[in-house]
Amino acid sequence: MNAPLESGIGGYVPMVDGPEKVSGRARYTADLAVRPGTLVARLYRSPYAHAEILEVDVSQATRLPGVRAVITGADCDRTFGVLPIARSEHPLARGKVRYRGEPVAAVAAVDDATAKAAIALIRMKVRELPAYFSAAEALAPDALPIHERKRGNIEREVRFEIGDVAQAFAEADLVQEGTYHCPEVCQNQMEMHAALVDYDAEADRLTVHATTQTPHYIHLMMAHVLELPMSKIRVIKPHVGGGFGARTETLNVELIAALLARKTRGRVRLVVTREETFLTHRGRPESHIRVKIGLRRDGRITGVECDCIQRGGAHSGYGIVTILYAGSLLYGLYDLKHVNYHGVRALTNTPPCGAFRGHGTVNVRFAFESLLDRMAEQLGLDPLSVRRANLLVPPTFTDNDLMVNSYGLPECIDWVERRSGWRERRGRLPRGQGLGFACSHYVSGASKAVNPGSEPNATVKVRLDHDGSVAVLSGAAEIGQGSTTVIAQTVAEVLGLGLDRVHVISGDSDLVPTDNGSYSSRVTFQVGNAALDAARQLKTILLNAAARRLETRVENVECLGEHYRAGAQDTGLSFDEVAAEALRGGTIVVTGTYTTIPESHGGKKYLGAAIGGTMAFSYSAQVVQVSVDEDTGVVNVEKVWVAHDCGKALNRLTVEGQVQGSVWMGMGQAMSEEMGYHEGLMVAANMLDYRVPTIFDSPDIEVGIVESNDPHGPFGAKEAGEGSLAALLPALANAVHDAIGIRFDALPMTPDRILAAIEKRRRGHA
Amino acid sequence: MTRVLEIELNGERRADPIEDNLLLLDYLRETVGLTGTKTGCDGGECGACTVLVDGVPRLSCLTLACSLVHRRVETVEGAGADGMLSAVQRGFHEKLGAQCGYCTPGFVVAATALLRWNADPTDDEIRAALGSNICRCTGYVKIIEAVRHAAALQSKGVRARVARPGSC
Ligand code: FES
Ligand code: FES
Repeated sequence: MNAPLESGIGGYVPMVDGPEKVSGRARYTADLAVRPGTLVARLYRSPYAHAEILEVDVSQATRLPGVRAVITGADCDRTFGVLPIARSEHPLARGKVRYRGEPVAAVAAVDDATAKAAIALIRMKVRELPAYFSAAEALAPDALPIHERKRGNIEREVRFEIGDVAQAFAEADLVQEGTYHCPEVCQNQMEMHAALVDYDAEADRLTVHATTQTPHYIHLMMAHVLELPMSKIRVIKPHVGGGFGARTETLNVELIAALLARKTRGRVRLVVTREETFLTHRGRPESHIRVKIGLRRDGRITGVECDCIQRGGAHSGYGIVTILYAGSLLYGLYDLKHVNYHGVRALTNTPPCGAFRGHGTVNVRFAFESLLDRMAEQLGLDPLSVRRANLLVPPTFTDNDLMVNSYGLPECIDWVERRSGWRERRGRLPRGQGLGFACSHYVSGASKAVNPGSEPNATVKVRLDHDGSVAVLSGAAEIGQGSTTVIAQTVAEVLGLGLDRVHVISGDSDLVPTDNGSYSSRVTFQVGNAALDAARQLKTILLNAAARRLETRVENVECLGEHYRAGAQDTGLSFDEVAAEALRGGTIVVTGTYTTIPESHGGKKYLGAAIGGTMAFSYSAQVVQVSVDEDTGVVNVEKVWVAHDCGKALNRLTVEGQVQGSVWMGMGQAMSEEMGYHEGLMVAANMLDYRVPTIFDSPDIEVGIVESNDPHGPFGAKEAGEGSLAALLPALANAVHDAIGIRFDALPMTPDRILAAIEKRRRGHA
Repeated sequence: MTRVLEIELNGERRADPIEDNLLLLDYLRETVGLTGTKTGCDGGECGACTVLVDGVPRLSCLTLACSLVHRRVETVEGAGADGMLSAVQRGFHEKLGAQCGYCTPGFVVAATALLRWNADPTDDEIRAALGSNICRCTGYVKIIEAVRHAAALQSKGVRARVARPGSC
């Protein structure tokens, strides 16, 4: 372990906002002090999966005493959606409803009981339409379009072939194909969605508090939907109880609360239930994947063919990006030469999917790594050697033009091989016990933002205060991943200050510079680099101030943490003295920025090839040990060894926490999590039926940190919060195969499915 | 029906007029303003709302406030003393048992109860005590470390406050 510096860079640093959280003082949106007069909002949601709205009768609800406003789709004709090219959603449905649970009307009332009573009085008349609950039904030639502008219910179809796949398969010693099915899963972050919106009628100004990862996107979308200038809206992000991608776009919750606040000219609080949080959804789409790989006896992959069909739900959301990622991130992990991809994102009458942690890569990675494991076995090759035969050599560009400058995958593989005792133990465990292996990777920030403008990718301001403390103003959204801590550490490190001198101000659009928020694992890399830039500028100012006071040239000034001196003989100046000198000219605020380089923007070989472009990839290798009870079908995940290349661990504690959290989240998808529907009705919209692993089901997860020192990363750092999720699914499935000899190509591996597979094999053998 | 609830909350006696059907969770959050206790689900699924009633973990979202007349209730806000963190809170902070922190009050309260009757729990005992609390961030690995660390801090004399003088 490195000796921690004062900033703690490279050490184990508890989060700077930890004490607030463990003491119960941290305020989340639903906790904000609610003054008398605050109205409570509730939603009327569609009981139909697909229907033309003939009438929404709110007359009785409006007349109920205590009701201040009832709104419907008639109150807002603007559409929203995170991608400027795909804004398909109204805050409240207009003309049609497209999934069961879609908001149709909303009430603001003096209290919750009145709001609920009003909702019960709302009547809706519809003409039902045929509804499509699977991608196959929606894509059938005779299906009606769910959105007029999307014929055939195709949100986006992607096709590319780079190289010559047929030729590559002809050169392989083994060509195999598999089909894989991943269920729809949901982030299910612990905090339910909430918004508190204040409308100041005098100033015609909205103040929005919301549970979001992307306050700036809310700001943009709120301005668009409410037709207000951005300066008339203030967006505040309080503490947020997890995101995992569910909150990387503006949700109807915030917009509806704002519409109600404006209509009532007051203050409205909308806290939705857990069931409604599930319905709001934005999870990972159900995916059917067919993958075909050509492999040589020496382990080289000659070519890959992959089809992916995603059930996207009733609205566009991030869908286009998800189906593009699924293809582009076939690359970047191994050296692939000939690849053919066909992706279809379907619109269906189910709640809209979104950007779940590991966005776009997870299901395809499960399919790819599962098939590779099967083929390695058929050729009698060690799964690790197969990966080692296909490594990239950095610096390089993949064939689809993704930039790779740092590549710690070989070290990750070595680490898990050693720590798990792979060579000694694999194949020698008792029946029912097994080891499985797989790899994955992820972007450290999309190089092009979803809302590209001429702005830098990240901007941070650093202010020197009169007591010698430093305030960092950043729009990065702390959602529990530790962004505030890592930004504070970065600035403290450059300035040679203790962490207690640095204070991060974030999450208030009136105070902080614009930032795209916490998604695609961009914060450490992009915001970190902007913070680095700002801190370096301030450092220059401080060195010059010290030179003035010490009456020497700036090159002669030596900075030893909080002590500045001109040579060893000099008694020097304290940081406070240097700060006072620097501040003689008035308040100092410096602005640091970060802009990704054009080479990182992905390619142009097919439409949408920019998706996947990033400044750096993180890498992960994993070994999972399981035992399977063949009488009950219960899989016990006993241990996970995971090595993650995060470039440089700025904070080993939070890196470990992020890696463990993502591995564990992958385990949930592999083992038990699944959104189920009956005729479009979500049947697992609670935390008992939607089973996330409890502490009983959860293994020890040992983390190895690999540091490949990315040349562009802040201090060499890359992402740590997503890249380890994907490998867990195939590593676990491969371990189950090692334990009982059965391959699971459909997730989750619940006990009933395990038992059914064992039974099927028994009958087959009988 | 409205009645007056006499209750001991975090060591202080209170008397609040409440409705019969008021949940303990809403009493704490809305009536008293102690928002440390969280709502994580629609009832009984997640453990975020865990508080101690007479020292025993209880889901406040499934408890009627009026059933607790003269009972002793402790929430996360009552775990520390004099503005300092308790051993359990320090454990969660220092070992990163809290990421987003939303589940944390429930875990802190449940772990506090555990360490009172078992100062040196095994990992399985920790699992058993925290089995009804869901965390979506940590994968629980560091939560178990946090409780172990808290036990060590407590044995070194950094004690979790049991109750203020005068209570129970
Ligand atoms: S709020 Fe989830 S169990 Fe009480
Ligand atoms: S720390 Fe986020 S849910 Fe536990």
